[in-house]
This record gives sequence, C-alpha cells and structure tokens, in this order.
Amino acid sequence: MSNFPFLSVLTVAPLVGALVVALLPRHRPELAKQVAFVWSLLVLVLSVVMWVSFKAGGDRFQFRESYSWIPNWGVNFTFAADGIALVMLMLIAVLVPLVILASWHDADASKRSVPVYFALLLVLECTMIGVFAAADVFLFYVFFEVMLVPMYFLIGSYGGHQRQYAAVKFFLYSLVGGLFMLAAVIGLWVVGGKTFDWQALSQVDISTGTERWLFLGFFLAFAIKAPFFPFHTWLPDAGGAAPAGAAALLVGVLDKVGTFGILRYCLPLFPEASKWFAPWALALGVIGIVYAALLAVGQNDLKRLVSYTSIAHFGFIGVGIFAFTTQAGTGAVLYMLNHGLATGLLFLVVGMLISRRGSALISDFGGAGKLVPVLAGVLFFAGLASLALPGTAPFISEFLVLIGTFTVNKPVAVIATLGIILAAAYVLWMVQRTTQGTLNPALTEVDGMRRDLNLREKVVVAPLVALIVLLGFFPKPVTDVINPAVQATMDDIGKTDPAPSVGGTVQEAAK
Amino acid sequence: MTELKLPSIDYAAIAPILIMLGTALLGVLVEALVPRRWRHLVQLTLALLAVLAALTMVVLNADERIITAGQALAIDGPTLFLQGAILVLAAMALLLIGDRTVERGGAFVAQAAVTAESADDRRQAEGRNGLTEVYPLTTFAIGGMLIFVAANDLLTMFIALEVFSLPLYLLCALARRRRLLSQEAAMKYFLLGAYASAFFLFGVALIYGFTAGIPGRSAGVDFATIHAAVSESPASPVLLFAGMALLAIGLLFKAAAAPFHVWTPDVYQGAPTPVTGFMAACTKVAAFGALLRVFHVAFADANWDFTPVLGAVAVLTMLVGAVLAVTQTDIKRLLAYSSIANAGYLLVGVLAPSRDGLSGTMFYLVAYGFSVLAAFAVVTLVRDADGEATHLSRWAGLGRRSPFFAALFTFILLAFAGIPLTSGFTSKFAIFGPALEGGQAWLVIAGVLTSMVLAFPYLRVVVMMWLSEPGESTPTVTVPGGLTSAALMIGVLATLVLGVAPAPLLDLATGAAEFVR
Repeated sequence: MSNFPFLSVLTVAPLVGALVVALLPRHRPELAKQVAFVWSLLVLVLSVVMWVSFKAGGDRFQFRESYSWIPNWGVNFTFAADGIALVMLMLIAVLVPLVILASWHDADASKRSVPVYFALLLVLECTMIGVFAAADVFLFYVFFEVMLVPMYFLIGSYGGHQRQYAAVKFFLYSLVGGLFMLAAVIGLWVVGGKTFDWQALSQVDISTGTERWLFLGFFLAFAIKAPFFPFHTWLPDAGGAAPAGAAALLVGVLDKVGTFGILRYCLPLFPEASKWFAPWALALGVIGIVYAALLAVGQNDLKRLVSYTSIAHFGFIGVGIFAFTTQAGTGAVLYMLNHGLATGLLFLVVGMLISRRGSALISDFGGAGKLVPVLAGVLFFAGLASLALPGTAPFISEFLVLIGTFTVNKPVAVIATLGIILAAAYVLWMVQRTTQGTLNPALTEVDGMRRDLNLREKVVVAPLVALIVLLGFFPKPVTDVINPAVQATMDDIGKTDPAPSVGGTVQEAAK
Repeated sequence: MTELKLPSIDYAAIAPILIMLGTALLGVLVEALVPRRWRHLVQLTLALLAVLAALTMVVLNADERIITAGQALAIDGPTLFLQGAILVLAAMALLLIGDRTVERGGAFVAQAAVTAESADDRRQAEGRNGLTEVYPLTTFAIGGMLIFVAANDLLTMFIALEVFSLPLYLLCALARRRRLLSQEAAMKYFLLGAYASAFFLFGVALIYGFTAGIPGRSAGVDFATIHAAVSESPASPVLLFAGMALLAIGLLFKAAAAPFHVWTPDVYQGAPTPVTGFMAACTKVAAFGALLRVFHVAFADANWDFTPVLGAVAVLTMLVGAVLAVTQTDIKRLLAYSSIANAGYLLVGVLAPSRDGLSGTMFYLVAYGFSVLAAFAVVTLVRDADGEATHLSRWAGLGRRSPFFAALFTFILLAFAGIPLTSGFTSKFAIFGPALEGGQAWLVIAGVLTSMVLAFPYLRVVVMMWLSEPGESTPTVTVPGGLTSAALMIGVLATLVLGVAPAPLLDLATGAAEFVR
C-alpha cells in the first residue's frame, strides 16, 4: 500500500469532485451538497489510510512521486510529505467535510448558485492539499497562488457585510506577498542551478548576501499569509466577512501555509539567514501575541474577535519556530494542528450563533445560554480550548512552545506567557457577554435563537470536541510523527538543543 | 561602366512575405472587379487562405538559416518563429475583423468620407455593410510586419515599418461608431508615427556615417557592417550613440514604451476593437522582433552602452503602464495601459543577453498576443444600442447576466495578473528568469513591484463583473457568431495551454533562438 500515489491522488480527487459538483444542475442544491460531502468523506478515508501507512520512524520524506512537467525549467510534479505536512494534510481532510456539513444552509441565503459554493470549497481543498504535498518549489508556488482564487470568490460572492472590500484586500495582500516570493523563487532557481527540487536546493551553498535577500522574499510572503504583525490587517476583514465555514478553513488551514512555508522553505533552504533574522522574527511574534490579544479584547464583532485571537496564536507559532529548539518546534507544529481544530471549532460555533441571531455583534447577544444551552456549552468549550486550558490539546502545544523558548530566550518566553493571561481575558469576556448573564430580551424575539443544536450541527462539533480532548490527553501519535521532521529541520539549520542542566547534575552524581 | 550585379534571392525562403503582399494586391483588384455583395466573403476567404498559405511556407522553411536578397533579409530561427506568431495572431484578428454577426454590417464604417455625426453618418451606422478595403489593408500590414522581423539592414527595416504602419493608420480611422474618436485616433497615430519614422530615418543616416571609414569595408547599414563598425570604426562614438538613440525612439514608439507611449490609449480606444486587438498582438510582435534583431545582432557589442538606458526605459514603461492603468475607467484604455506595462516586461526580456532571454521574450510575445486578442474579442461582445459599452461602470454585474463570457474574461484578467496555470505566469517566468541570470536583478524587482500595482485594476474589473449587482444600464452580452467565438476560444485555450503545458512552445522558441549574422 505504501507504493500507492497517495499525494497526487489526494490532490486531484477534490478537483474532480469540484467539477462534478459544479456541473450538477443549479436547481438541485441538495444533491450538490450531498455529493460534495460524500466526496470529502472519501478524501478523508484516503487520508486516514495514508496516515496509517506513514512510517513514523522512517525516511523524512515519504510517499515521494515525481513526474516531469516543464523540462525546460526543471519543473516537476514532485510530491512528498514529511511529518509536518502529513499532520496538516490530516487537518485539512478532517476539517473540510465538517465545514461542508456546517455550511449546509450558508449559500441558500445568497442569491448565488449553491452548487458553485460547494465546488469552490472542494477546489480550495485541492489547492490546500497541493500546497502541503508539493516538494517542488515551483509547484508549491503554483498552489500557493492559485489557492487565492477560490477563497477570493468564497469571500466575495458568499460573504457578509463588506465582502467586496474584504475579498479584494485579501487577494491583494496575498498577491503582493506571492510576487515577492516569485522574485525569490526565480532567484533561488538561478543560484541553485536551474532546479526546483526541494532536496537538491537544500544542498546548495548560497552566498550570505543573496541568502538574506532570498530569505526575505520568502519570509515576507509567509508573514503576510500567516499573518504576523504588522502584515495582519487583512485577516480580521477577511475573517469577518467570509462565511463561517470558509473562515474556519481560512484561519484553520490556509494561514498555516505561512508557518508551514517558514518551516519547510525558509529554515532548511536559508539556514544562515534564518539565524540572522531570528531575533526580528521573534520580536514580530511577541508583538503579535500581545498586540492582537489586546485588540481582540476590544472587539464587538464575534468573527473579527476570533480572527484577532488567531493572529495572537500565530505569534506563538512564530516564536516556537524561531526559538530553534526541538521542543519549541514540535510545539509550534502541534500548535498549527491544535489551532486548526480549536479555532476551526470556534469559528463554526460562532457561525451557528450568528446565523441564528442574524447579527455578529456581541452587544446583540447576552444570556444566550438560557435559550440554547448546548450551543453555549460548545462555545464555552471552544473558548477554553482556544485559551489553552490544561486538558485540551492547545495547552500541550502552547506549553511546549513556552518551555522550548524559555531554555534559549527567557525574556521572549516571559512576555509570551502574558499572552495566556490576555487570552483568558478575551475568551472569557466574550463568552460572558454572549451566553452568560441576564437574558437580552431582544433575543427571545428572534425565532432562530429558540432552536438549539440540531443533529447536523452536533455531528459537526462532536468530532472536533472529541479530537481536542483526545489530543489533550494523548498527543503521542501526533508528536511521534512530528518530532523526527522537526528534528531534521533543526539539523538543517545546525541548531542543537541546549543540554538540560538537570541532566548534568545527574551525570555528576553518577560519578 | 561597372556591371550591375543582381543579388541572388531565395524565393522559397521569402515566400510568406511574397504571398501576403501578393494577396494584398489581389485584394485591391477584388475591390475593383468583384460585385459589392460578394466582396466581403471573397476578401475574407482570400485573406485567411493567404495567411494559411504563408504559415505553411513558414513551417516548411523551419530549418532555413540564411541571409538572402543581398544583405536585406535574414531568414533564421527568430524570423521564422516571429513570422509564424504574427501569422497565427493575424488569423485570429482576421476572424474578429470579418465578423458581421455581433454588429450588423461589421465593426467598420460603410463610408469613411461622410461627415462624422451627420444624419448620413447615423444612417450608415444602422447596419449598412462595412468597407471591404479593410482586408487588403490588413494583408498589407501583415506583409510589412513579416518583412520587419526579417529585415537585416536598416533601410529594409524602415521600408517595412512604413508598409505596415500606413495601413494601420487608415484602419484606425474606420470604426463604424464614434467616428470622431476614431478619426482623432487615426490622426494622432499618423502624426506621431510620422515623427517616429523620421527619428528612425535620421538614426539610420547617423549610423551610416558611423560605419564609414572601417578599413577594408564600405559603409553600409546592413547589420554585419554595423556590427563590425561598433568595434572597429574610427568615427566618433557620438555618432553611434545618437544613431542608436534615434533608432530606439522609432522602434520604442511602435512597441508603445514610455515615454513614447502617449498615443496608445487614445488609439486603442478610438480604433475599431478588432483592429485594436490586431495592433496589440501583431504590432507588438513585429516591433519587439525588430528591437531584438537590432540590439542583439547589430549593436550586440555595444550592450554596455545601451543596457542602462533601455533598462531605465523599461522601468519607466512598467511604472507608467501600471500606475496609470489604476486610474482608468474605460476598459479599452485600461487594456491599452496594460499593454504599455507589458511592453516594459518585454523590454526586460530584450535586455537579458542570453539565448534563454531571447526565447523567453518570443514566448512572451506569443502568449500575450493570444490573451490580448481574446480580451478584445470579449470587449466587442459587451454592447448596448449604441455599440460597445466600454465604460467600466457599465460592466457591473456582468457575471450575473452572462456568466460564461464573464468567466472567460476573468480568466484572461487572471492571466494578465500573472496567476499560475495561465500563460501570463509562465511568460513572466520565462522573462524574469533569464533577466535575473543576466544580472538584471533591478529590472526583475521593478517588474515584480509593478505587477503588484497592475493586479489592482484587473481585480477591479473582476469585482465589477462578479461582486457588484447588475445595474439597469448593464449591457447585454451579444452571443457571438462563429468567427468571433473561434477567435475567443482559441485565445482562451492558448492562454490555458501555455500556462499548464508550456514545454512544447518553449522548446520551439529555444530551438529558434539564434540569429544568423
């Protein structure tokens, strides 16, 4: 089974599904939804099989396939996955069916074609899988850019208030980053001897000056994508305007392309430059943690609030990556997964609340827990996961990042810890103002608020809740996969973990 | 009395040129002899057959690498590649020119001499059949372009320049509607074009002077002599620099590079849209073909001198095109400024002094030609009772009214913006890669930065079409007849294929990318 071309099939399958869904008649929306859902489930099944066939202690890159594409430029369709990519691929495969299920009625309200909405979701899945599965820099770039197009139409055509503005801002920001990266990609191609193969490029020696410029080109694109402070202003607009399902994918997966790109491309390909720029990247991460958390506290729009919390979390991931220790690195990758689950859940639940109330403003809620107790409970749980409560999965990743950072850079770790306190503030206050306290009389007049979670919505949230709890207590299956990949990345940049001081005393005691 | 020696001419090698010019003459006879109601059909068939025949000859000559007709014409890889490109694009343009279903009577005026905006003028606009003289004019222009890219001395080049320019000036004046705008466009193009030609000719004279006095050679303006003169001439280099500058002005004018671009938006807007497409695709190929030959063959050894200057022109062109495109409210003007910016990118390719640079530039020319013709094909379709509705505000909500054509146009715009899986991306890569390799990092960075700016106007059109609600004045999209559909689909498919599988054309371009000297 390990010879099966998992990655290319996984990439192409959603695209085929998208074509099928798009060609379904427009007046049969239910059929389109069912086909899209079943198709995404098939992708999930295939991903699970792939996960099982991945050998945790085996080669760094597995499932490698390569087909010639543009021989004149040395471009190949090369796919390969390391542990980091594998985790992200699983996250996509899990989230997409849930998002499709959660968005069941999202497109009905708009005047646009319903099948097209679900087709766009599947196209998005294809490009997201492709971007994580690519092991050819050119191929990666192609997916990185093409990914914008379905998301642009999801936000622009099916979004809420200010969708046009948000869609254009999203597209332009990402395109600007992408074009910087294009210049760097071409530069890398020239200095690397006209190849795009990741493994060949990681062996190339680049002069210091060139390396720094190329690093900057890639880093800018990824920092905008992630987004890190100060390139973050597009995310609250896009997250606020996107339909909840698309927003969950945007923040849960799409933005991880930025941090994944840093881990896969910036660090191994430009190790010296990464070390040189690390203090700056750490500073951006720390500023992001505090600044975005403060802004989140002040938000009155639920979706914008969740977007800001994500920016704070991306600050954590950035710190974890640039601390250059295995613990922090593993923490950062685990964070990427857990944040996808927790924030994905949060976005979907918030979306359910908003569609019931018909408003995204916190001030329009108040005491909603009395009307929809289960929904309020899930929101509370998602909030707790988001603030990294012990027992939920994000706690482990945040803790790993912090201790991994503390061993090498105490001030950064200390300031970042402040972020946890702020996280408690924005989450708890948001939960309190929406679901606790006295019931807002206006809520009782809204029909939707009398309906608690229906079966479909319970099916959406249950797997996410289960995964968050499960990985909170038993992260080993995931860390086993991530650890070797992170270790290899740290080897690429020639960083070893500082020897634990406790270990020293043990050795001395043994003498 | 000295005996006059006739130069030997390889007629097979120059057959494409002869076919086009011969057909143009035949077309004039058709105008005189064939009854009016048959002329359109006969002329269009004749022109298309001629293009097909010429294209066949180009393919048959594919391995030809000679200089013939004295030193006048070089039939080599780049010539054949560019001649092929011009012919294919011209065939698409002819399909657009020949269409009479989108607008009754075609896109051209029935009687050019009628006073604009008079009652007669309004009557002719209401469906009398357009002039059929446009076909011989177009074939003359194509023939001139074929000579232009093959010209191996400056005088032949000048004559070719005039042969393809004069018909274009006339064609610009022949729009069926908005006659004043059309005539103004033609007048502007003619006057400025005449100045540019004068500059070019003056440059030729200076270069001739510069080549005088090399031991063992007589003075001349063929490229071999100029090439020798650049390194050996005892004359003052001022002659060389001034001559090069004046030549460049003439050529850059045709290529629509800043600061010689000011005619472009007015002419693109005023000319009949099929002709605009023809100019944007074919004139660009011809102009850059000539630029490539002049700077890579004749002045190859002076590249230290011209690279910084042309580089500055390239940056300026990209900037002007990109920044001014942002402010446009008319789709044809927007495409005109986008074409100016693209001239800037092409100049980056011209300045990449390698085989890859040459092949990349040729690839870009073909890819851009297909996309831009498809774009103008869509523009001809969006119309109301007064003809084409080119104001951008009128395009609001077009995606709802006719999703199919809006989707095609969106695809073309994404290609212009350089999104991967379109030819716009591969062609940018084909140019920026060799330029960076040739040490022109600053040009690549300028190209990337202006691409960011340029993405905005394209995106604005996409937003207009898809995300805005249709207004009451949103025009309908005419369902095109066979000719326009064919041109449109060829353009869109080529944009997709060259974006997904560019290897075959790249191979062809790389194989062709060597000049005979």
